[in-house]
Amino acid sequence: MIAAIEPTWYLLLAALLFGIGAFGLLVRRNPLIMFMCIELMLNAANLTFVALATRLDDINGQTAVFFVLVVAAAEVVVGLGIIVSILRRRPGATADDLAELKG
Amino acid sequence: MSDATFLEYVVFFSAAVMILGGAIGVITMRNPVHAALGLVLTLFGVAVQFVAQDAQFLAAVQVIVYAGAIVVLFLFVIMLLGVDESLDLSIEPIPIQRPLAAVLGIGLVGLVGAAIIRARDALSINPGTGVATARDTGDNDANIRQLATNLYGDHVFAFQLTSVLLIVAVVGTVLLTRKWPRGTEDTESSDA
Repeated sequence: MIAAIEPTWYLLLAALLFGIGAFGLLVRRNPLIMFMCIELMLNAANLTFVALATRLDDINGQTAVFFVLVVAAAEVVVGLGIIVSILRRRPGATADDLAELKG
Repeated sequence: MSDATFLEYVVFFSAAVMILGGAIGVITMRNPVHAALGLVLTLFGVAVQFVAQDAQFLAAVQVIVYAGAIVVLFLFVIMLLGVDESLDLSIEPIPIQRPLAAVLGIGLVGLVGAAIIRARDALSINPGTGVATARDTGDNDANIRQLATNLYGDHVFAFQLTSVLLIVAVVGTVLLTRKWPRGTEDTESSDA
């Protein structure tokens, strides 16, 4: 079954969402907001997976979204753990301040 | 290829406005709480697009896991750290960072968009597993049934590995955020 709207539209929407996420990741300096931008990019990938699952008539694309969800959840948990332990030590730290960590 | 009805276009474009508006909100809002709310808008828009493509179960999971768990985790951390005040976005520590990022973002979208438009006819239907939808089969559980068969049949080993991933993530987070008492291995007094 092919969705009535062409998959090209969904793919273009996903590309735009990915671009916005990548731009935000590059310009924002608050680590929390940078994480949200990564979530935006992961959602763009999910949208692409589902659009191509419909287009190519293959359920494996929808199954892949599950694995993306699991990896996103694990990544957010570990990332927020790191952010909490950094910001607890030095409140208001931005991504630029973390350059001091390099040895 | 069947023609889309007017209503389907309305659903697609309203959800697209939700997605892109939320995404722009995430990257422009000064207050991290507002950015998290923009993220919720985007996630709901993506869930609407999933429903429009007959992936109903994924839409439900998207709302529960992303909008429910992950955004709540974000808000929890924002409140826990007390960083819910406005940030000054006018500071630009690296002088040409923003123009460069804009060029890179627009270039990325342009390249991927060009590839998508060029490939629109090349994307042909291959004899894949087939996607069972309620519309085609008349079975309202067709989507979830097929997903379950695929996930617990073809991908069961990867599914088992995700449980390892989640355990490692949980243990790692506990280790990272725990306040170890100084000079002793005893961890009783920790309140993290």
